[in-house]
Amino acid sequence: MKYLEEFRDPELARRLLDDIRATVTRPWALMEVCGGQTHTIIRHGIDQLLPEGVELIHGPGCPVCVTPLEVIDKALEIASRPGVIFCSFGDMLRVPGTDRDLFRVRGEGGDVRVVYSPLDALRIAQQNPDREVVFFGIGFETTAPPNAMTVYQARKLGIRNFSLLVSHVRVPPAIEAIMTSPDCRVQGFLAAGHVCSVMGVDEYPELAERHRVPIVVTGFEPLDILEGIRRTVRQLERGEHTVENAYQRAVRPEGNPAAKAMLADVFEVTDRAWRGIGVIPQSGWRLSPRYRDQDAEHRFQVSGITTVEPAECRSGEVLQGLLKPNQCEAFGTTCTPRNPLGATMVSSEGACAAYYLYRRLGLPAAPPPARSLPVVPLEASPVA
Amino acid sequence: MCLAVPGRVVEIEERDGTRMAVVDFGGVVKDVCLEYLPDLAVGEYAIVHVGFALQRLDEESARKTLELFNELGLLQEEFGDPWEAAAGAGAAAKEVQQ
Ligand code: SF4
Repeated sequence: MKYLEEFRDPELARRLLDDIRATVTRPWALMEVCGGQTHTIIRHGIDQLLPEGVELIHGPGCPVCVTPLEVIDKALEIASRPGVIFCSFGDMLRVPGTDRDLFRVRGEGGDVRVVYSPLDALRIAQQNPDREVVFFGIGFETTAPPNAMTVYQARKLGIRNFSLLVSHVRVPPAIEAIMTSPDCRVQGFLAAGHVCSVMGVDEYPELAERHRVPIVVTGFEPLDILEGIRRTVRQLERGEHTVENAYQRAVRPEGNPAAKAMLADVFEVTDRAWRGIGVIPQSGWRLSPRYRDQDAEHRFQVSGITTVEPAECRSGEVLQGLLKPNQCEAFGTTCTPRNPLGATMVSSEGACAAYYLYRRLGLPAAPPPARSLPVVPLEASPVA
Repeated sequence: MCLAVPGRVVEIEERDGTRMAVVDFGGVVKDVCLEYLPDLAVGEYAIVHVGFALQRLDEESARKTLELFNELGLLQEEFGDPWEAAAGAGAAAKEVQQ
């Protein structure tokens, strides 16, 4: 698309930065909710270009990272069973369970397959009627509708050997949990644009009002992030706290009604544990009673598996914005993408992985001072 | 996997009772399910995630956003605080010299 390149235009970035600089009179801490936004920010060095005092805190929006250890252990157990074909997105392969990962299960003879789309898993089920095919259904409101469609289609087409191991999570309760935490420093949110592409913006005004916090729906290109920051800071400086949509090209106020209807049919809201954070009330989805027989947890009777998460990895604090990845002692030493201790280092959208890939390992733990223009490294390449 | 990316619809067909499209992501071509955006047409763009088109990309609002960014500079030159602008320019010049 022609205009996509323009959303990385350094000259326009300079104007947005100028405007942010002209607006800011005191320090502000903003959280970008989505891991995709974190990657844009770190990759293009946006956090280092902002005026001093404007701090970006990385949010919990990486689906791989927040999937609890317990669910990984359930996945490993199911994937090890004879006769099972276990299908997953590729970035779940190296996420450590208690004593191994899916990659290892495959090495030990498990039939673990990587798919691009949940529909691929459904096709595998059609082609292998004598095997049990399980799809690992994780993710936020963007991933939940595709997975819901698969369960619906399996039912419609009479495919009985397909089930879903569900661990879906929802953004608004996470925002609620972050804002009610006693350590919370977040004063404004860049909401996850693609989550809102599906869900619309209805869920946010009440949150913004109750916590008196501006929420700006933001896209993923460098200029989108800068515009999200600009609007959030402008609201903060004026003492406002409303919901704004700065990603209109992909977000309609009502979201995607067809996807929302499917979600409401296939899933129901439930409490969910987030890796490193703990249970957040009403923060997830599970299959609704009508589809319960397609729930892999029931089919394989693994709901009894419970796991205590180890203390060495501080990803829980990273996910809540309480700690920057390079402030973790293990960062870059005992914990690297090759030998990850936590999911935030494994996932391509994890904050620890972003810091490892794009941020020079030798940096001091504190964020570096804001740089001035005109050195906008909008096409900066990874250093590591 | 959480990244949803924009792509252009090249072809649409019905497969097993499901509306599917071939979508071009700047050279990489993939099959995409259109059940959530049934009225998407060939030539249009959409945000695609794990094989599903989730929202139409609206070129008109993209342009408007870019226009706004462009105007920002003009407005600032017009109404901005000249002292601040001068200070900013000075800081930038210093940075270049360093
Ligand atoms: S650097 Fe590694 S150990 Fe530290 S928080 Fe990140 S994933 Fe966990």
